[in-house]
Amino acid sequence: MIQRIKFFIWRQGPLLTTIAIFIVVYFVGSRMYPAMQKPQVFINLFINNGSLLLVSIGMTLVIITGGIDLSVGGVLALTTVASAALLRGGMNPYLVILLMITMGVLFGGLLGSIIQFFKVQPFIVTLMGLFFARGMAYIITLKSITITDPTYKFLALTPIYIPYLHNTYIYFTTFVAFIMLAVAFFISYYTRFGRTIYAMGNNEQSALLMGLAVTRTKIAVYAFSGLCSALAGIVFSMSLLAGYGQFATGLELDSIAAVVMGGTSLSGGIGNVIGTLFGVLINGTIVSIIQFNGTLSSWWTRIAVGVLTLIAIGIQSLFHLRDRHS
Amino acid sequence: MKNIPGLLKKLRESQLFWPLVAWAIILIFDAIFLPNFFKLGIIDDPVYGKHFYGNMIDVFRNGAPMMLVAMGMTLVIATGGIDLSVGAVIAISAAMGAVLINPALGNQLITNEILTRNSTNTPLPLIILADLAAGTVCGLWNGILVSRARIQPMVATLILMVAGRGIAQLITNGQIMTIYYTPYFWFGNAYILGLPVSIFIVILVLILATILVRKTPIGLFIESVGINTKSSYYSGINEKNVKLLVYIFSGFCAAIAGLILSSYVHSADGNNNGLNYELDAILAVVIGGTLMTGGRFSLLASVIGAAVIWTFTVTIYALGVPANALMAAKAVLVMMVIFLYSDYSRRIMNRIFGRRRPQHDTAN
Repeated sequence: MIQRIKFFIWRQGPLLTTIAIFIVVYFVGSRMYPAMQKPQVFINLFINNGSLLLVSIGMTLVIITGGIDLSVGGVLALTTVASAALLRGGMNPYLVILLMITMGVLFGGLLGSIIQFFKVQPFIVTLMGLFFARGMAYIITLKSITITDPTYKFLALTPIYIPYLHNTYIYFTTFVAFIMLAVAFFISYYTRFGRTIYAMGNNEQSALLMGLAVTRTKIAVYAFSGLCSALAGIVFSMSLLAGYGQFATGLELDSIAAVVMGGTSLSGGIGNVIGTLFGVLINGTIVSIIQFNGTLSSWWTRIAVGVLTLIAIGIQSLFHLRDRHS
Repeated sequence: MKNIPGLLKKLRESQLFWPLVAWAIILIFDAIFLPNFFKLGIIDDPVYGKHFYGNMIDVFRNGAPMMLVAMGMTLVIATGGIDLSVGAVIAISAAMGAVLINPALGNQLITNEILTRNSTNTPLPLIILADLAAGTVCGLWNGILVSRARIQPMVATLILMVAGRGIAQLITNGQIMTIYYTPYFWFGNAYILGLPVSIFIVILVLILATILVRKTPIGLFIESVGINTKSSYYSGINEKNVKLLVYIFSGFCAAIAGLILSSYVHSADGNNNGLNYELDAILAVVIGGTLMTGGRFSLLASVIGAAVIWTFTVTIYALGVPANALMAAKAVLVMMVIFLYSDYSRRIMNRIFGRRRPQHDTAN
């Protein structure tokens, strides 16, 4: 039994590190600002970081295959602008959501196909995706469009009270991230597709020689990331009730930072979405601590995120060192 | 005469071939659709004297920071790494310069009169030194993380990239600092022999760096580390120091770029100085034909790559395309690069020139 526990701790070391850092950061924060002990503040982490979490889930799977997806911020911005413009035109909101999701999947799939068939670095192809999507958003409109659609407003503004917790609520949009998290977790551990993702990340050549469907999986994983980005765009446009081409600039890098903090290796093959969840939560906690403080300026967020990433990487590399020597 | 096929072959195998083709395509397009694109004029500026002006001058003046950054990035990518922090280093270097000029340090009461004074708190040579030192220290930090702590390059430089803009804002206390000290503007705005100073800085750095990598074994070491780190180590190359060196060089180049940029726009803004430069610089290196997996590299090709990006940008502006469509137009540029550089087009090219190549040679 002790052997198994030991094995579990070593195996899940990076993930446990991330969780520990999150708990420590949150604990320190709530000692400094007792208001952070309220359950609502904790729930707000999920409400405020829903779109970052969604984007990072897709990003995690892409990074596990050994690729990278820089287009997420662009797709998010394009989704907000396009859906706001369509809603202003009087389109059925459910149809808009469906259209946006289709667009995200197709866009991601297209990028994946270019990567797979032209054998170009994912970095360059998805960079093109970023430029293209953001450019399209700017071409639709340079201004911010307000969303006044009643369905969107209903979905965005109806609080759902959590039973047994006093005065604590979440929104419908928060569920989207949870559902996608569960889906991604299920996919990556319990489906053939998910195991192929890990196999590809470890060694694409041998995955191919094993007869795994590398081509299909690679395209699908970018399509999944596109889906996540489109969903994030919908959630984002609901939370701000607006569409704007400059939303979420630099989101791709925040999300990569969150994924890395969550213990996913950028060289592929290692990591999971649960770690990413905690990476996003650490980011959110730092932001809320700085907001609670009130006197600290916003740039401390970036510095703190950088330092915590460094700490997380440092501790995680200890676990990998042990792997190398054993 | 019989040497011509051999020369052609040599040209086609040179790393400069594809960037030059990409550049030529854009320039030919300009020549056909924008007859005024190559027009050079001479203007007598009251401040900076007589100098040339024209679209091609703009390409080099505006593109100079990116060319510098691309040079540093080339060496980093040649060792198989990547430096995402260059944009943040540009911001830090610009912030350093602005803070040292403005006497706004400490708890001194800052009045508008002090801030807009055409004077400096620190002598200019010291400012330049401090700028360059700041960038070099950032590079050193990246290099230590990559070579000594053995963190993946993308992650290691991501840390500074996230934290760097915060540090830049910390230096300027979160403000966009406008610079009113005229001698500082020399780097980005003045002219030597009618050509912008920044061009000469690029040429100087290019020559020095080329001597460094081609006349000493360092270039060979860099390529060898990029191709196979382990075997380089076993053949007695100090791969740690090679990696350290390239990151320091990259930080140094980014610092010069920050100096030129802040001098050109007369201000330092922690959030926007050098925004997206990391992505554009990597694009320039890829256009220059250096593989992102490391190995063979060419500094000149990367400079041409940066020139391609800026020629394209200036073309878009000259065509009268609204600035908001620039992003989408850039996507077209990247798409062009992807298709030009992919295996398919190379295979077609080889077929045209009637040369057979073994299959494994063309793979990625």
